[in-house]
Amino acid sequence: MDSTILAFLVQDGLTNGAIYALLGLALVLVFAVTRVIFIPQGEFVAYGALTLALLDTGRMPGTALLLLCFGLAAFLLDLWSMRHRPRIGEFSRSVLVNLVLPVAIYGATWILAPMQLNAAVKALLTMAIVAPMGLYVYRIAYRPLADASVLVLLITSVGVHLAMMGLGLVFFGAEGLRARPLSGGSFMLGFLPIPAQALWIYGCTIAAMVGLYVFFEKTLLGKALRATAVNRLGARLVGVRTQLTGGTAFILAATIGAVSGVLIAPITTIYYDTGFLIGLKGFVAAIIGGLASFPVTALAALGVGLVEAFASFFASNFKEIIVFTLIIPVLIWRSLTTDHHEED
Amino acid sequence: MSLLLELRDIRVSYGKAEVLHGVSFGMERGKIVTVIGANGAGKTTLLNAAMGIVPSTGTILYEGAAVPATVEARVAAGMCLVSEKRELFATMSVEDNMELGGFLRSGVERAETLADLYQRFPRLAERRKQLAGTLSGGERQMLALARALMSRPRLLLLDEPSLGLAPRIVAEILGIVSELRMAGVSILLVEQNARAALEIADEAHLMELGEIRRSGPAASMAADPAVVESYLGTGA
Amino acid sequence: MALDRKILGIVGIVIVAAIPLLPLPPFWITLLNNIGLASLVAIGLVLLTGVGGLTSFGQAAFCGFGAYTTAVLTTAYGFSPWLTLPLSLLVGGAVALPLGLITVRLSGHFLPLGTIAWGLALYYLFGQIELIGRYDGISGIPPLELGGYRFLSSGSIFYIIWGFVIATAIGTRNLLDSRVGRAIRALRGGSQAAEAFGVDIVRAKLTVFIFAGVLAALSGWLYAHMQRSVNPTPFGLNMGIEYLLMAVVGGAGHVWGAIFGASLVLILKDLLQRLLPSLIGSTANYEMIVFGILLVAILQFTRDGLWSLVLRLVPKSPRRKLAETDRRLEKREMPAAGTPLVRLDHARKTFGGLVAVNDVSFEVKAGEIVGLIGPNGAGKSTTFNLITAISPLSGGGIAYGGRKLETLSPGQVARQGIARTFQHAKILPDMTVLENVALGAHLRGSSGVARCFLRLDRAEEAVLLAEAERQLERVGLAAYRDRPAGDLALGQIRILEIARALSLDPALLLLDEPAAGLRHGEKQELSDLLKRLRAEGVGVLLVEHDMSFVMGLVDHLVVLDFGTLIAEGKPADVRQHPAVLAAYLGGVS
Repeated sequence: MDSTILAFLVQDGLTNGAIYALLGLALVLVFAVTRVIFIPQGEFVAYGALTLALLDTGRMPGTALLLLCFGLAAFLLDLWSMRHRPRIGEFSRSVLVNLVLPVAIYGATWILAPMQLNAAVKALLTMAIVAPMGLYVYRIAYRPLADASVLVLLITSVGVHLAMMGLGLVFFGAEGLRARPLSGGSFMLGFLPIPAQALWIYGCTIAAMVGLYVFFEKTLLGKALRATAVNRLGARLVGVRTQLTGGTAFILAATIGAVSGVLIAPITTIYYDTGFLIGLKGFVAAIIGGLASFPVTALAALGVGLVEAFASFFASNFKEIIVFTLIIPVLIWRSLTTDHHEED
Repeated sequence: MSLLLELRDIRVSYGKAEVLHGVSFGMERGKIVTVIGANGAGKTTLLNAAMGIVPSTGTILYEGAAVPATVEARVAAGMCLVSEKRELFATMSVEDNMELGGFLRSGVERAETLADLYQRFPRLAERRKQLAGTLSGGERQMLALARALMSRPRLLLLDEPSLGLAPRIVAEILGIVSELRMAGVSILLVEQNARAALEIADEAHLMELGEIRRSGPAASMAADPAVVESYLGTGA
Repeated sequence: MALDRKILGIVGIVIVAAIPLLPLPPFWITLLNNIGLASLVAIGLVLLTGVGGLTSFGQAAFCGFGAYTTAVLTTAYGFSPWLTLPLSLLVGGAVALPLGLITVRLSGHFLPLGTIAWGLALYYLFGQIELIGRYDGISGIPPLELGGYRFLSSGSIFYIIWGFVIATAIGTRNLLDSRVGRAIRALRGGSQAAEAFGVDIVRAKLTVFIFAGVLAALSGWLYAHMQRSVNPTPFGLNMGIEYLLMAVVGGAGHVWGAIFGASLVLILKDLLQRLLPSLIGSTANYEMIVFGILLVAILQFTRDGLWSLVLRLVPKSPRRKLAETDRRLEKREMPAAGTPLVRLDHARKTFGGLVAVNDVSFEVKAGEIVGLIGPNGAGKSTTFNLITAISPLSGGGIAYGGRKLETLSPGQVARQGIARTFQHAKILPDMTVLENVALGAHLRGSSGVARCFLRLDRAEEAVLLAEAERQLERVGLAAYRDRPAGDLALGQIRILEIARALSLDPALLLLDEPAAGLRHGEKQELSDLLKRLRAEGVGVLLVEHDMSFVMGLVDHLVVLDFGTLIAEGKPADVRQHPAVLAAYLGGVS
């Protein structure tokens, strides 16, 4: 293997690894705040990528309609839970969040989609469509189970994953799509051409990490999320509503998913079920980080990307096998170092 | 004048076993009311029910109306519980803990209250950058109390503030509790350390096996033989 | 009633046996065969998830191991199908063992996450190996044969499949209702208590995991001979998720529920695959939307699964009749009264910077009741945890009859004859009072999985249950024998814990606040019981807050404050001790 190939593989690995890092961070975030192991994270990636690809062709993405459905379902659940104690304030808030917001986004998409938009606007529109879904998914699937065990929440996640993947199939069909890059061209780094899209990916990943850091360290809401992660009851005792932190965590996760989708859509063809595999690679990183450490997860994600790049060069048939068995040594190591005296 | 807090026939069950068998009492504004009793009498459960942490049946009236449904809404309504376990955010700084205590307050109010409380608790001001988990037992109790005060509560529920603290620190904490009453905060105090609790309280209730056994002014309760027996044992 | 059940069972078997003889369309039989295959996997998952509190999305991969083992051996090496049955099961178990070893020690969610990862990896692996035909798989697998009869039609292999299903279901129920079963059922929420009575938690978890893997391999073996060809598709992650859905639909802990869940899911799938395409207008796996929503809805509305709703319609079984037995468990030889049993020598425990137990030394002798008192947070329960090896010592030593306790596991401590109760009662609320007590006698039996599965453990089980009943009578809870333990009042639960501890036949009994929640008369009875135990030579260490109870009972009193021993001696003397008065009764001067 010569150094050119090596450089290409490293660059390829880092590009994918950066995406996995974003997803891994979202998974750690959601788990810390809500104890939900968020298997459907990958579906947001697929939704984001496919939405962008359809906007590229000037068509109306199915996710806009799906957003309306999600909002309506969340609204109906709110109505149901308010049936004993109807309150004007809660009701109007629910109308606003669950009906007005998705209708507004749908309307905006309907107007904007046929126009030949600038790439950045399309990316932002994609995020606007996908991000609120995080909130609705939380409201519909997880909020009623707030007291359930991690195991029950995990099984719930698998159910949500199945449903969202199936809905992806309904709304996007079985065909794969690829989006246009945010900006074309490439730069030369010595002898190695770096596509502009890769720079976007690195930039967005770093920006997301810095953004999350500032959010968690400097804002009261961010601190409330950390507080919930550290001590759930303590957070409730100072008046932090679990629904607020849970909803925020899921919106962040969906946003990160959408961003990842937007970033990855131009470099690989995305099918309705591709997101799951991409999300699981983020999981491999998150598990290496013990579902707790952001920096370890980010580093592990880069590692996963590199292993995958090299595996696809040397043993392309065994690429997925190698990536997914990466967690076995990690689990062994954890099992040897963890004290198993814990009650569920 | 209406009561600040009124409990009527409060019952709590864990699984199928009932642990509180219909507790009723009321407390007036500006008073310290203490609930004393042995371990397992149901004192902590009673506070948790009042705060909405455990589901209960019966009626809880707060400021004359039905108490809000959730813990968070009760905090917003001016109730605040300092739990037996303190429930601090151990891996966050003292200052972060304090700020979160004022989560429901506006930025200005939060800053004012924080400055006030740093004056009242200079130890916490000194350690504002330190992680809450690294504080000593007494400092943790101070922080728990100060964090609760950040929400500017009208009713403070205190669960065993003396637990695990040396007598000198217990005295200090209870001194602060007395001062809070002077400042207009009403306090429902659960204590195993009956002697100390009765010293600062206005009224007292003795709990046994999930029921209120005796009630009365704190001073006369201290001399009540039932209280003495419950604590000192008859040595039969 | 037992007779009625037998009749019910026989009627059920006759109905099942008659099905292929009915004029049903063939695809019904095929569907029933598939239900049977899935039921086997689902039964394993019910045990794993509903009973053991573990879960797996990767069971389909174990089916794959079972199926490929027989496929390769019969087609490439000419093995007879029946010969490959044990081999297939062995391979299933052998694969489960290392995977289990890696994950069962980790907290609950790492196992299912791990299963997702290897479920995917193994699927890709099946598709890459030349020996097993890559994605094309293996065809031409011989059918099963019995005495020259070849089970070719779906109507004939129906009998084999359902024979295995019924046998497995009965065996699994046997297993749950046994010494091993109690240990497995304790995994979910009661592992600390179970450990304190000698249950090896890691081993019990491994047992269920391997059991579930073997059942899945059995299903795969049957599948290979029914389908007569295998390829990787049915062994992927999606099938793994479907199996879990079946177990969840069936509900936690119900063996028959697994069959119910498998039926419901597969019938629903069949209906959806026929109906949905005409509704949506194209053919694709749309049933996954329904399955996903179904899974979430069941968890939100009936977390115990749909089978529990069915069970509510069935009348509860009446008082259980225990098998008669003349045999009694052997009692250990008690050390002579006054022999030192346990001795703490500068025992020390620190949590971070906090000293919970500060160089505490005292001893408990046989035939002596020692009271350990002190204010809340004085370190009493921590001391108990040190003696029973639940938390490791930070310094000093604890000796028991010349052995160092600190080097032992909680189970080994129990083996020495040390039994305890917990400050926060740790019982299994869904198990009956009798079963909870019988868990205490775990170490006095020896039946393993196979004996329990095949009901060869009945003689021993009768003795264990008789012992448990004897202890229940002794503490006065016999009337509650068949009630779920969660129905008892808190005070009774504490007494139940004492009965469980007595079932161990202890030489040293550690009681953590046994009188809390008891009425006056009950305290008197407890006091009498402890005095009788003392007379039998049992050593008792007692943490208690009720002074009148302690003072009238104990021979020796040890007082802790802030983890430090501040006084010890005769109760009457200790009561007058000024440090005790100040610390224990609260002195804010």
